[in-house]
Amino acid sequence: MSHRKHDKFILEMKDLIKSLMTFCKPKISIINNEISIFIQDKEILKTLMFFKDNPSFNMHTLIDFTAVDYPNEEKRFLLIYNLLSVSKNFRIKIKTWVPIDKPVSSVTEIFPCANWYEREAWDLFGIRFVGHPDLRRILTDYDFDGHPLRKDFPLIGFTQVKFDDELGKVISEPVKLEQEYRTFDNLSPWEGMSKILPGDEKSEKLDD
Amino acid sequence: MTKTENYTLNFGPQHPAAHGVLRLVLELDGEIVKRADPHIGLLHRGTEKLIENKTYIQALPYFDRLDYVSPMCQEHAYALAIEKLLQINVPKRGQYIRVLFSEITRILNHILNITTFALDVGAMTPFLWLFEDREILMEFYERVSGSRLHSAYFRPGGVHRDIPDGLTDDIENFCEKFTSHIDDTEKLIEKNRIFRQRSVGIGKISVNDALEWGFSGPCIRASGLNWDLRKKQPYDCYNEMDFKVPTGSTGDCFERFLVRVEEMRQSLSIIRQCLKNIPDGPSISNDPRIVPPKREIMKESMESLINHFKLFTEGFHVPPGETYTAVEAPKGEFGVLLISDGTNKPYRCKIRSPGFPFLQATEFLSKGHMLSDLVAIIGSLDIVFGEIDR
Repeated sequence: MSHRKHDKFILEMKDLIKSLMTFCKPKISIINNEISIFIQDKEILKTLMFFKDNPSFNMHTLIDFTAVDYPNEEKRFLLIYNLLSVSKNFRIKIKTWVPIDKPVSSVTEIFPCANWYEREAWDLFGIRFVGHPDLRRILTDYDFDGHPLRKDFPLIGFTQVKFDDELGKVISEPVKLEQEYRTFDNLSPWEGMSKILPGDEKSEKLDD
Repeated sequence: MTKTENYTLNFGPQHPAAHGVLRLVLELDGEIVKRADPHIGLLHRGTEKLIENKTYIQALPYFDRLDYVSPMCQEHAYALAIEKLLQINVPKRGQYIRVLFSEITRILNHILNITTFALDVGAMTPFLWLFEDREILMEFYERVSGSRLHSAYFRPGGVHRDIPDGLTDDIENFCEKFTSHIDDTEKLIEKNRIFRQRSVGIGKISVNDALEWGFSGPCIRASGLNWDLRKKQPYDCYNEMDFKVPTGSTGDCFERFLVRVEEMRQSLSIIRQCLKNIPDGPSISNDPRIVPPKREIMKESMESLINHFKLFTEGFHVPPGETYTAVEAPKGEFGVLLISDGTNKPYRCKIRSPGFPFLQATEFLSKGHMLSDLVAIIGSLDIVFGEIDR
């Protein structure tokens, strides 16, 4: 019962968003009962402002922000802004595609907590943000090179650090593995066991 | 008049009050904090990158290693996310065991936080008292999963195995004893003058500021907002539990402490309800696509052996989709954004850790306070670097 109520609430919210977001043409989809709104990258600031200030949504919290790398797409990165409304008790995800060479406008003015999330996106994906007060690397090492969460960045990385006894300091050098890094491609057309084990149908036939 | 200059101080990364590997670059005017710039990432292990290269089941133990003082709650978020994508149900007994251990985890976490916070501001005794109970709780962990910390106990579809005989009685005995331990500890420091001087009115944050800074969990409840995902967006069988959500009003370090103490009592109440109402039945779903077959069956059935082998080499395939699933971890909202592309490995797994925005707000909270208050603020925010650096 409560599930059905929740489904209805999500559908109502979808219609509400559709009717109120007149300043752009959003594409709204519902996956697993979660609302996603696709917008153009130039509309980010306007959209976030709208959802924060509009009393029907009151989305005061940017609970999470991240990017996803799709190297084969024309616009490579999908940005996902995850908003939460405490008073209305619901969440939406605002998504936008951005190409690799185009900077995105920073939302730190609207949500102060976006500061570190955007630094993280810069660090791990190499997405630039215009208007960010302090766009430094955040998670990786001080003199790190590259953006590790991109799909073309190898899992073992490019460099390794060690303490050099002769030089008396920490140096970084090209990564050298004692043993080849092994990846097993276990992908097979096997779809996993079905609920009925193969061969079970025979046993029933025998009974007949 | 002499001209004075602010000076810059490096706090950490090896500092007992930094709760891990926090490097804070502080600009001080005398003892007053003018600017605090946390440098994080000293414990960065690339968890999200590693998860993209592991099957869904292999990625599960990484969640124990994020916030290493509340491992099971994080597995919970990940398991729920996979279940949502696969659309499988967890049997009632499995749900009860999960809630039971989530609450044990909450007590584990709060014991660590409360006592080390007290230690930071000068009270040593609670640490010595309550860590004994923490050890008992970790024994429960060990009895149920085989390890004290990195349990890998919550699996997609339920829990790894049913709880052993006699454990419920021992947990019940523990609850009885522990209630008075909480009371004793609270009595010891709640009215203590030094403790109050160090925490009342320090690191205040209003509800609106807290929301904008992305706060959640006890830290936002201390500001006066009644927001608990266990109540508002219940998962598993939390909607069958009867418990109160403690809230504060001023949102300072002292209230954060009080909220956590009260939360421990509520957790005890939930644990008792779980023990009382736990139904019989399987503790994990019987869907052979996701859940490995039982050992006894594998000894007799060839198909089960193959199934087991395939599940632990190739893993299961998750249909394309995405979900953001959040649980009320002891520290706050712990969320997993899981995007699958139909293969056996997650395409992207973003971990939303509660500590990340907390630490980000350190500068906001500590500006204008004394250097020693900064220690109290960091202690009261409940920061663990495993989850912040990921």
